Amino acid sequence: MSEILKIENLHKQFGDLEVLKGIDLSIQTGETVVLLGSSGSGKSTLLRCVNFMETPSEGRIYLHGEMIGQQTAGGVRYRELELCKLRTRIGMVFQHFNLFPHMTVLQNVMEGQITVLGRTRVEAEDKSRAQLDRVGLLVKADEYPARLSGGQKQRVAIARALAMDPDVMLFDEVTSALDPELVGEVLKAMRQLAEEGMTMLVVTHELGFAYHVANRVLFLDQGRIVEQGEPRQVLKSPDSTRMREFLDGHSLFKLPD
Amino acid sequence: MIRLFRCGVCASMEWNFLAVLSDADMLLLGLLNTLKVTAVALAFGIPLGLLLALSRLSTLRPLSAVAAFIIEFFRTTPPLVQLFWFFFALPILIDVSMTPFIAAIVTFSIQSSAFFAEVFRGGILSIDKGQWEGAKAIGMNYRQSLQRVILPQAVKRMIPAFMERAIELLKTTTLVSTVAYTDLMYQANDLAQKTFRPLEVYTVVAVIYFLLIFVFSQLSIAVEHRLARSGESTVR
Amino acid sequence: MGYDWDFATILQNWPVLWVGLKGTIVIFLVTVTLGLSGGLVVGMGRYSHLKLFRWPASTFVEVFRNTPVLVQIIWFYFAFPLLTGIEVDPFLAAVLGISLNTMAFSAEIYRAGIQSIERSQWEAGKAIGMTYAQTMRRIILPVAIKRVLPALTNRGIEVFKMSTLASVVAYVETLNQAKLIADLNFNPIESYTAVALIFFAVLYPVVQATYVLERMLRKSDM
Repeated sequence: MSEILKIENLHKQFGDLEVLKGIDLSIQTGETVVLLGSSGSGKSTLLRCVNFMETPSEGRIYLHGEMIGQQTAGGVRYRELELCKLRTRIGMVFQHFNLFPHMTVLQNVMEGQITVLGRTRVEAEDKSRAQLDRVGLLVKADEYPARLSGGQKQRVAIARALAMDPDVMLFDEVTSALDPELVGEVLKAMRQLAEEGMTMLVVTHELGFAYHVANRVLFLDQGRIVEQGEPRQVLKSPDSTRMREFLDGHSLFKLPD
Repeated sequence: MIRLFRCGVCASMEWNFLAVLSDADMLLLGLLNTLKVTAVALAFGIPLGLLLALSRLSTLRPLSAVAAFIIEFFRTTPPLVQLFWFFFALPILIDVSMTPFIAAIVTFSIQSSAFFAEVFRGGILSIDKGQWEGAKAIGMNYRQSLQRVILPQAVKRMIPAFMERAIELLKTTTLVSTVAYTDLMYQANDLAQKTFRPLEVYTVVAVIYFLLIFVFSQLSIAVEHRLARSGESTVR
Repeated sequence: MGYDWDFATILQNWPVLWVGLKGTIVIFLVTVTLGLSGGLVVGMGRYSHLKLFRWPASTFVEVFRNTPVLVQIIWFYFAFPLLTGIEVDPFLAAVLGISLNTMAFSAEIYRAGIQSIERSQWEAGKAIGMTYAQTMRRIILPVAIKRVLPALTNRGIEVFKMSTLASVVAYVETLNQAKLIADLNFNPIESYTAVALIFFAVLYPVVQATYVLERMLRKSDM
């Protein structure tokens, strides 16, 4: 296993508020890493810094060993064109899907390939159908997003990100906006991806998913990684009090065994 | 200001604003007349607009249809055509003596009322049906419901649209210059011919209109912000 | 009323009126095309984050929205030639005045449309590596323009009505011809009524179509 993503001393400030207070993280190829934390802990911000939807205030990010941005005397500078290229190698799936309403499902998946990667229509279509099949939605290819259920929309969003052939996939609370009975189909698709060897960074509240699918679980609290380790260890017998409190909050109304 | 225009092309030309300034009172008269026409047209147009709106909303089919026709007709025909019709055609039809001022007032009262009618209608319709029911339940009749419950709520929402329409009216009054009413536009034409300095005259007049309308627009935006802060949504 | 309506003279003078109608249609097509497409450029400028684009666009919009169209047309006809030495005929003056005015108004319409697009759509485009320009072109504008189509159609209707203003600088369009007929035949009633009816007949269906368009848009999911 080789290191694919390295985050060094990442700080992120929004005005006066420092949300990330120095994150160091190394991710290996094929790893599925789950980020847990309460709201305000910075987990989404951390995720959004990886593909530069937010620009770090301090710190460095490396993909495949190459630093992103240029080191100058005044800090790290990022050129928008370079970031656009980076985002074709790191895919993101959003909490609210963000599918393009004026395009069919197939067109949604094809769009980035044609406009950004410059693939031909034929190439893009073949690839898109393959990805839609991978998430089990080939039959909906010619539908408009408005006619899909939440779970279906999210799976299309996953296919759209996969069609760009990314090295890393980022998932930002992708099941939080779904009806509970639709959550399963999306988690299933994500599990399949993990088993196929995709490097994944997942922000979620689904502890079960973390337990069964993650290679590593991270717990963030107030902008710092407070606990880190194998799912079994972090979720069943955590070291830190904060993690224990977090887990207690989550299991308040658990079904009895 | 004169130095600003010393570009290559116009260096050969002399700007002379003195000609304009010496006859400033001519322009002032025009400005006052412009405001006069606008104000009078608004004074007639707004109540007429309310009348049309209520007719349009009426459950009496013929009344509603007639109101709808009047509204549509005066919104889809160009104001200049309306003005010419009232100035040239109407006096022959009903044998009245017509002055430019009367023609202007009649035209713009009716024309603006058609647009105000739509603003009123939109505002009234935007009030929850429940308000009518509440008023009815305590025994109010139609007029009372409208006057005491509906309109007070609707008016706040309609104010931005009203102001927009009023400003539009101010701009549209320039048309009265074509029937020789001495508004600002007419005075501009007159002065330009008198002084042989159309560039200075028309530029100054354009600036006067701009300042006038810009100030009113900013006022209207300020009022909108005040309303937004007080919690009333602005219906568009 | 005691007045004998007589449209026969109007019909006799139909060729005169027809020339005017053609003039109206020509100036309408030219001004609406220039106005609505130029407006898109200015609208995007108004929306831009760069002051370099935003300030000129905003100034342009303020100037041409806050002065009456007639003033603009007359300025272009009498003042502009003196300023630049370019010859301006009635057609050009009217085209300049009406187009620039329309550009300013439609710029605001487009800007409102662009601003109504949820931020998340920008993020989705960004996340697959699109540049600002690509996102604007492929994701934002198609939906934004669809949303403001009713407002743009209303603008088009206004532009059609504005064509009559060109008669003030003696451009040969419908109203101009009607005045000609009225002056020669002493029948202003029939003449101007005919013009009003022509405009009504042309624009009424368009207005109705706009209502239908608005209703369709409200039902769709965009």
